[in-house]
Amino acid sequence: MADQGGDALYAALGDDDAEDLYENAPCGYLSTRLDGTILKVNGTFLRWTGHRGEDLVGQRTFADLLTAGGRIFHETHYAPLLRMQRRAREIAVDVVCADGRRLPMLVNAVVTDESPNRPSVIRAALFDATERRQYERELVEARRRAEESEARARALATTLQESLLPPAPPTIPGLDVATAYRPAGSGTDVGGDFSDVFQAQGGAWSVVVGDVRGKGVEAATVGVLARHTLRAAAMRTSRPKLALQTLHQTLEREPTERFCTAVFARVRRTSPGRFRLVVACGGHPLPLLASADGSVTPIGRHGSLLGVLEHPSFVDTTVHLQVGDAVVLYTDGVPEGRRGREFYGEERLAERVQSRRADGAAAVAEGIVEDVVAFQDGVPRDDIAVVVLAVPQGR
Amino acid sequence: MTTSTRVTAHQTARTKRAWAVKISGRGRSPSPPSPSLVATGARCSRSATRATRRDVLVRFFLPMSVVRRNNVTLSGRPSGPPMLFAHGFGCDQNMWRFVAPAFADDHRIVLFDHVGAGGSDLSAYDAQKYASLDGYATDVLELCAELDLREVVFVGHSVSAMIGVLAANREPERFAKLVLVGPSPRYLDDDGYVGGFGADDIEELLESLESNYLGWSTAMAPVIMGRPDRPELGAELTESFCRTEPSIARHFARVTFLSDNRADLAAVRVPTLVLQCSSDVIAPLEVGDFVHRAVPDSRLVVMRATGHCPNLSAPEETVAALKAFP
Repeated sequence: MADQGGDALYAALGDDDAEDLYENAPCGYLSTRLDGTILKVNGTFLRWTGHRGEDLVGQRTFADLLTAGGRIFHETHYAPLLRMQRRAREIAVDVVCADGRRLPMLVNAVVTDESPNRPSVIRAALFDATERRQYERELVEARRRAEESEARARALATTLQESLLPPAPPTIPGLDVATAYRPAGSGTDVGGDFSDVFQAQGGAWSVVVGDVRGKGVEAATVGVLARHTLRAAAMRTSRPKLALQTLHQTLEREPTERFCTAVFARVRRTSPGRFRLVVACGGHPLPLLASADGSVTPIGRHGSLLGVLEHPSFVDTTVHLQVGDAVVLYTDGVPEGRRGREFYGEERLAERVQSRRADGAAAVAEGIVEDVVAFQDGVPRDDIAVVVLAVPQGR
Repeated sequence: MTTSTRVTAHQTARTKRAWAVKISGRGRSPSPPSPSLVATGARCSRSATRATRRDVLVRFFLPMSVVRRNNVTLSGRPSGPPMLFAHGFGCDQNMWRFVAPAFADDHRIVLFDHVGAGGSDLSAYDAQKYASLDGYATDVLELCAELDLREVVFVGHSVSAMIGVLAANREPERFAKLVLVGPSPRYLDDDGYVGGFGADDIEELLESLESNYLGWSTAMAPVIMGRPDRPELGAELTESFCRTEPSIARHFARVTFLSDNRADLAAVRVPTLVLQCSSDVIAPLEVGDFVHRAVPDSRLVVMRATGHCPNLSAPEETVAALKAFP
């Protein structure tokens, strides 16, 4: 029967010619001395590379068959690996063929054990890796492009973020102003926190800190809208609650699903070393007033989220600042900074503000950010924006 | 539709809870640790596993900075004259494991990894500092200062031979002898100078690195455990040997193979031994001879060993040549 005949043929393969198995294996075989001198090479390798056995055996080393750059890699990586580990796996080399063509190959090699009548040799199996190498080059190229676009995205996020924050706090006569900002996590994404300090009508100054729900480009564009709306509103009204009302109406008319919180403060010097501060809040953490007498108190009433309710309410609250006082406006990234189950919290914030109050606005602002970031082991979970106003001594 | 239903319709329950937090300041839920913290933990456990007990003691009792940055390992006779072994491009301090022990009875043996290699602190890698071999020479001098090494016998392999020359030229009083194993002051050919390589060859090397480091990050993960099945490696030597973070390897390759320190050789004021292999494709005989002729008080020994790493391929001959250098 044909089947039986086939079986017999296959059975005969069991004692297949070892020589043929070596010479015509589906991979190249190369045996070398430890110094690389070629001792034996199989037919497959010779066919692939076009070299003649007599030109290689005893004449050339394995490194001789590589490109010059490949030889450096061989001497600095492959040979030491073989010496130390007695084997190497998946080493990529380019073998220079007899006609100068380069054949990308992957090498697996072992060093055989030494015995009294058998010195150890290196046995290497070499696989044609032409297509694999091509594919790897494409992967490397794709990774390079991915890194480039990530860098572009990061630059875009940074630019966008900068448009949400004042470039540098302006100089307000008689008042010490500082701002600080720290994005969440590694800073690759743009956050929704925004802040602003600008001159308004009638010699007054406006201070804004806000937080758009969410992250990313959409949140940032809403933040930019909110920031510019409040700037425009501050030109038309001197009452913070009306400015927030304007922002609320603007957000309502926007097709966005985003909403935000904000605190708007208007500050004006009444006499040297004395300022009048009017604060309105739209669903935002209340600013803290750290007084020269050592007390720390929140200013104002919470008010409604902006862009959500049909009939929001905002309230203006007036306080008077004197020499030694400091006011801190901040986003919820400060009190909600979290370590395990513990929150940074308002109390810690109040202590920090009071302890640094005398050192000036910048010391307070930077101190808060550093403290909150350190509290979260250097990786804040949310954006942190802080604006500090302080009435300094002796001005 | 009222505005409040608009919120309910478009925000998830989680969002509402988050906003409840915003408004009331309560209702907090735990979250998994951030990825970067996990990564830090992994790094710590890696270095702890790599360290032998002696390493731990050394790290505990010595000032931390350079010792940790360069993964310094001390052995030998503490009061003996110090021998400082520096590895070349490609691998790490394990390159000396067949040579250094031969000097342990008489010398204090100091091994280290260049920043970027082996168990060094990768976060200390600064592309600007290491844009020339001077940055590495600075590290050698800092190491000597921190360990208060004097009368140092500096043994530098491959690119570290030139790093040793630069260090010894900056603080000659620190060094008793220089041993340069397979040195090359310039790898590229120049007018009237044979370095052995052209600029294209270096590009090929970078390509070779690229294709051999494809799996670097994933291959590093299982490395940490040590390999009890191969006792010849010792517990702390793993497959991380000869593996470097790819971008650092690329940068180090460029700095190494594009450097030109020929002019520094004449300034050497320390007795110098040039150990040259008889067939070295990276630093050929002519180059070793060039070094010997340029360094004033130098001796050239051509070894029977072939290849670029006699410290691995012919440790006995290397040790004998070192011991014969008075």
